[in-house]
Amino acid sequence: METTKKTKRLTEKKRTALSAYLFISPFFILFAIFGLFPMIFSFYLSFFRWDGLNPMTYVGFKNFEFIFNDPVFFSSIKNTFIIGIMGTLPQIIVAILIAFALNSQLIRFRNTFRTFIFLPYITSIVAVAIIFGVVFNNQPFGFANYFLSLFDIAPIRWDAEYWPVKIAIATMVFWRWVGYNTIIFLAGMQSIPKELYEAAKMDGATLSQQIRLITLPMLKPITMFVVFTATIGSFQLFTEPLIFLGRNLREEGITMVAYLWRDAFVYNSFGTASAAAIVLFLIIITLTAINLFITNRIGRSKKIS
Amino acid sequence: MAAKKEVGEGKFSIKKMGVYLFLISGSLVSLFPFYYMFVMATRLNREINQVPPPFTPGRHLVENFQKVTSNIDFFGAMWNSLYVSTTITIGTLFLCSLAGYTFAKLEFKGKNVLFVMILVTMMVPPQLGLIPQYYIITTLGWLNDFKALIIPGLINAFGIFWMRQYIKDGVPFEIIEAARIDGCSNFRIYWNIVVPMTLPAFATLGIIVFMHVWNDFLWPLVVLRDPSMHTLQVALRALNDARQMDYGMIMSGTFWATVPLLVVFLLFNRLFIQSLSEGAVKS
Repeated sequence: METTKKTKRLTEKKRTALSAYLFISPFFILFAIFGLFPMIFSFYLSFFRWDGLNPMTYVGFKNFEFIFNDPVFFSSIKNTFIIGIMGTLPQIIVAILIAFALNSQLIRFRNTFRTFIFLPYITSIVAVAIIFGVVFNNQPFGFANYFLSLFDIAPIRWDAEYWPVKIAIATMVFWRWVGYNTIIFLAGMQSIPKELYEAAKMDGATLSQQIRLITLPMLKPITMFVVFTATIGSFQLFTEPLIFLGRNLREEGITMVAYLWRDAFVYNSFGTASAAAIVLFLIIITLTAINLFITNRIGRSKKIS
Repeated sequence: MAAKKEVGEGKFSIKKMGVYLFLISGSLVSLFPFYYMFVMATRLNREINQVPPPFTPGRHLVENFQKVTSNIDFFGAMWNSLYVSTTITIGTLFLCSLAGYTFAKLEFKGKNVLFVMILVTMMVPPQLGLIPQYYIITTLGWLNDFKALIIPGLINAFGIFWMRQYIKDGVPFEIIEAARIDGCSNFRIYWNIVVPMTLPAFATLGIIVFMHVWNDFLWPLVVLRDPSMHTLQVALRALNDARQMDYGMIMSGTFWATVPLLVVFLLFNRLFIQSLSEGAVKS
């Protein structure tokens, strides 16, 4: 009797394990085909010349040589960093400020304000880029140029000059994402226990002391998350420059993903595009590592104190 | 909510005015592009090209939209977007909740290692594999086929993670044990107990996935070349690239492509905002 019970339980355990593997297998199968294999194949492809139709020919490091000798490639790296910082840094600061205002006990209509601020995130990036493409039109009738003309500033060629291109694209990024990050900061602020503030108030802490000593430190993990996603997001910037600049993607505004897309799908040069993808990958991995390193250190220092 | 009195609370404090002013100007910056888009969607190109540009709605809303439909298959593209987004959302919800349940409640060898592997896949930038993915799709003959969007779109590591968290806390072990003693299979437990008990998590993840797919651009642009297969985002880009720059028409297309999501958002805005912030805070 004992043994039959034991075998039965064993088979049941086995059956559970079997169905478990079955239930999680779709992810692993799909990821193997559409995630892992392409990743490895990218490395392989970066050593070949391939136009997508004819057989691939091995060229060694020629693809890497080619992109590293292409000034536009360096521009694309530089642009990605510059636009990333211009779109992200002010955005995070403004998001914290708005979240703080929304969290204030002083105001009414909190939900209405929250909805308004969040609205841009609902719009697709394509729509955002099209709308701002008209706002940043080169002609005097473009909203930005019209606005500047009120201050006697001559029309700017927004899609063709070094800084204006970056300002225009960074504005699109800023506008679409600031509300999203506001909501995340707000959620973080609301999860801070009220008792902390009450205790601080009883000890006679001023409002600015409360912000400095309670709100900001408690928001650290959320800020990490926001910085992390914003960094990754900046490196995937593609839609805004493509819509704003058209498929030729001028050097002033081309980003890394746009560069590799253009190499592959406009110039049919899949080898150099793969090489660009590898460089992009290495940059992202490095930044992620730095990010994790900083997060870990901050986590550790908190534990010590 | 019993609002505690805070520093500076009074009927006419300057601080309060400052906070309101800040929020109102923030809201205006948020809303203005929507309004501007609407204004231009109702104006003819030559009206838009004037200095100063118009800031009040005109009378050509219908006319502009007719130009849109003569340039692109607007309703076809909208249907394509709806079809792809709905299919991926349903498929993702099913696969992610099933896998999430497995990681939360079933015991098997290698569970932790496999789960960490799923988390690691989240770190990989998707653009790295873009070109080989395109190659695979061509080899499979899925170019200009929605399968090219739907099948890879079902991969969602975040969704599995999210569902696991929710099911772990939301479904007590006792209920599952009781069902097992009654002879329920693992799938039956998932279908009859776990799914009904975790519907809020389905709503949340569903919103996140749907919005993401609806607004996706790069991958559809790469694999859907045939205009009749375009999703809304790709069709908008085609409209924007049309030879003659008719801003009234372009804005009309953009406006009507934005309205549906806007309406859905305003109807369910609390659920939306809650979903997205929860999704971020949890991870």
